[in-house]
Amino acid sequence: MKRLYIAFLNASLTWATSVTGNLIQSAPAEAAERRNPFEADATAQRAGAKLYARECVSCHGSNREGGRSAPPHKRPDVRSAAPGSLFWVLTNGSLGRGMPSFAHLPEAQRWQIITFLKSSHPQTP
Amino acid sequence: MRIAERDSATFDPRRIVKRWRIALRSISIVVAFVAASSVWGGEGPFFVTYTHQMEEPGNLEFGTKNVVSRPTGGYRFVGTTAELEYGLKGWWTTEVYLDGQTTGGQGTLFTGYRWENRFRLLLGEHWINPVLYVEFENINGADKSLLEIVNHDGNDDLTEPSADVRFEKKREIEAKLILGSYYKGWTIAENFIAEKNVKHEPFEFGYAVGVSRPLELAARPERCNLCAENFQVGVEIYGGLGTHEHFGVRGTSHYIAPTVSWALANGTTTFKISPGFGVTENSTGYLIRFGVAYEVAQFGRVARNLFGDRR
Repeated sequence: MKRLYIAFLNASLTWATSVTGNLIQSAPAEAAERRNPFEADATAQRAGAKLYARECVSCHGSNREGGRSAPPHKRPDVRSAAPGSLFWVLTNGSLGRGMPSFAHLPEAQRWQIITFLKSSHPQTP
Repeated sequence: MRIAERDSATFDPRRIVKRWRIALRSISIVVAFVAASSVWGGEGPFFVTYTHQMEEPGNLEFGTKNVVSRPTGGYRFVGTTAELEYGLKGWWTTEVYLDGQTTGGQGTLFTGYRWENRFRLLLGEHWINPVLYVEFENINGADKSLLEIVNHDGNDDLTEPSADVRFEKKREIEAKLILGSYYKGWTIAENFIAEKNVKHEPFEFGYAVGVSRPLELAARPERCNLCAENFQVGVEIYGGLGTHEHFGVRGTSHYIAPTVSWALANGTTTFKISPGFGVTENSTGYLIRFGVAYEVAQFGRVARNLFGDRR
């Protein structure tokens, strides 16, 4: 039973990784080239933390550990992804897989969330 | 014998009906205002116009939308709608409405229910994002929720006595094509409405158009209730377009309505208010709308956990 559980956990993690991986990779090249206007801006990072807590935590967890249907955000490929690619994922979502579009947030707020995600020690308030 | 006589003397059905009316009226006021003092998800500040934004999968939103008016030649009324909106999928949102109304001197009525589904037709974010809206309404002629204006709906429909029109059944199918765009912080939405009574009457048409924008585009780092980013202002214009036999704006009613929404810092509670003004002869002079909504994030997951499914 324990083995079965570990195998299921492994399969889930692999699936979650592949989902995020695919999503980030599915961003077009021109989207990846977009620059974050708030890059390394401490104020934007704190604002992003606030927005992350409000918009993302219910699915991705307060420590970005991921949830039942949402992949974790503290994985290396998220940290190493181009800000433009993450911005594209946040804007378009993946409605077929349950990731909503956050295009209703103003562009500045979406960049603030990306600034938070790309910061070295992201901590939600 | 004497006791029976005394009982029959105190048992007055009219008094009981009156007490029930007062109780129902109080409940509707409490629902409208107490709910208003507690919590609107993310549809922007509009009351009539739908944007292409869908409810997040698993989220449940409770809300009320109310409209107050006094039609020319009629009595003041409050039309109240309680709504439950649930995100089934990222591309599919379903919603149930319960309608009621109170008209001065005519009492309070439950006027029926509506069930709507919205389907996003294109999954990614585009310049224009189409959403198909399909609704079944089972309401009566006394309904005054005014969630949309179609055909030649106008002032005269709101002056008819509730006691007469409550027996008029309206089972209707309504379809909307919702087009929405976001541009530099602005939300722009256009709705084309077609409605058909399932038994008779022609196709009826209407429209709604809305534009809105937050007062501040970037968020502040601190948690705040009254900062500008939490307020959205906009304007919506809506009205009827006649029927397929008499299509056009002649004899129809149209409204222009500035609107404001305020979201609390928790992001789950939103208040909205919108004074609307009739701009044609057939329109009612004013429609004051107000509403409140509370969103429960990941309600689906919580419910599954409650019932033992802890996958």
